Amino acid sequence: MSLATAVPEIEIAAVSKSYGSGRLVLSAIDLEIQKGEFVTLIGPSGCGKSTVLKLIAGLTPPSDGTIRVDGMAPKDARETISFIFQDATLLPWRTVRDNVGLGLELERAPSDQRRKTTTSVLELVGLQDVAEAYPRELSGGMKMRVSIARALATSPRLLLMDEPFAALDEMSRDRLNEELLRLRQERQWTAVFVTHSVSEAVFLSTRIVVLAPKPGRVHTVLPVDLPFPRGASLRERPEFEALVACASHLLREALVR
Amino acid sequence: MRQRLITLANAAAVFATLLAVWQLVLWIFNVPPYMLPSPWAVSRAVGARFPSLLNSLAITAEESAGGLVASIIVGVLVALFFAQSRWVRRMLYPYTILLQTVPIIAIAPLILMWVGAGTVAVALIAFIISLAPVIANTTQGLVSVDENLVDLFVMHNASPTQVLFKLRLPHAVPALFVGIRIASGIAVIGAVTGELYAGSSRVGEGGLGYSILYASSQLQTDYLFALVLAATVLGFSFFFVVMFLEWYFLHRWHESARVPETE
Repeated sequence: MSLATAVPEIEIAAVSKSYGSGRLVLSAIDLEIQKGEFVTLIGPSGCGKSTVLKLIAGLTPPSDGTIRVDGMAPKDARETISFIFQDATLLPWRTVRDNVGLGLELERAPSDQRRKTTTSVLELVGLQDVAEAYPRELSGGMKMRVSIARALATSPRLLLMDEPFAALDEMSRDRLNEELLRLRQERQWTAVFVTHSVSEAVFLSTRIVVLAPKPGRVHTVLPVDLPFPRGASLRERPEFEALVACASHLLREALVR
Repeated sequence: MRQRLITLANAAAVFATLLAVWQLVLWIFNVPPYMLPSPWAVSRAVGARFPSLLNSLAITAEESAGGLVASIIVGVLVALFFAQSRWVRRMLYPYTILLQTVPIIAIAPLILMWVGAGTVAVALIAFIISLAPVIANTTQGLVSVDENLVDLFVMHNASPTQVLFKLRLPHAVPALFVGIRIASGIAVIGAVTGELYAGSSRVGEGGLGYSILYASSQLQTDYLFALVLAATVLGFSFFFVVMFLEWYFLHRWHESARVPETE
């Protein structure tokens, strides 16, 4: 599936980032992400993976270099971006439906449109039965699903995910990985995903970017040439395992160098 | 529900034991009634002077409720202002501590001079001493919002007003109730103490504090006990009203407001 057009979805050119104290977090990052790609950033802690996401989202400015999202400054592209955090970050005083509708509400969408969209997105992630429940009544996996539904409700073209399944048990994580790919098949967004899990990275991505730490920089880019659609059985295939082994090796290398 | 009944029964048992000990002390040490009246004498005093007791209670209730409501309104407004910037907080927060540490007895004469003795003066005293916990807790609630949630709002280009009213304020409600719970207790104490200095002495206008002063000067110890009892009842009822409101507003979503169930 080659959706690549003239303008890449994300252009990161010679971007460095240091925080107040002068500590360099990212050093001269170059990365181009085409429309429709699923790019995963992996790397040891301290390599600035989350910072890359925050830069793309325009939540923090780069200290040096430029970032373009669909040819625009990240801040101007926000309407087309959704962010999924490590925690579900739901508002506990709102029902599932009102959490999912938050983005539309903040963007002042009319309430009948809000209702229609939240209903369809909740169906998409299989949560239509708990629409009127409060977050505390849900399991960790279900909360994460609500968080995904909330991100999809504003029909984003770009999804940024910061270790969204790190806090879940392996079974829920695998299930949500499969679901994420199914949703992507239906909605066709570009994704930038951060994780610590190599097998998760291989399962989801079209490309894996291995980052090296202190300061964070690109170590290797590993293309993942596994065909879509990908199902649970992919995890048992030899070519999957070979890629996991390869990525693990690169990750160790990044840490040593 | 069953657990509540058991709790209630326990409380009643403790109360009965206290009364028994009280009565025993009287019998064993042969205490004169002007030093310590019997529980029976106190209950008789309650019955005999019920209308004036109720009147005093109503006056004090009005003063403390007025002070408390004012401190909630003003406290929330001040907290909203404090939540605007760290700079504002650093500059003005010390003054809320000042509010808490000012000896109310020392400024009572000032208040008396400014507004004269009576309901307004007493409500003002209750207001001043119950204000600090509302400000402190609400401010804490407003600023302790998860950074990621703020980012989420920013990602949707939320206006500062939207962040305040759809994120910070609802997030602060549990903390606000902690503040109100503390404030409700000290508002009653403030009103009773305030009456000792600034209560009206006109007939039919003396609250519990004023009546306590009067009863003690007349050595009506049994009535004094009745008044203290009334003050306690008042404090309790404030506490329960606040607890109920807290449950009502929070039970659907907040853990602290959950009634323990057999799960």
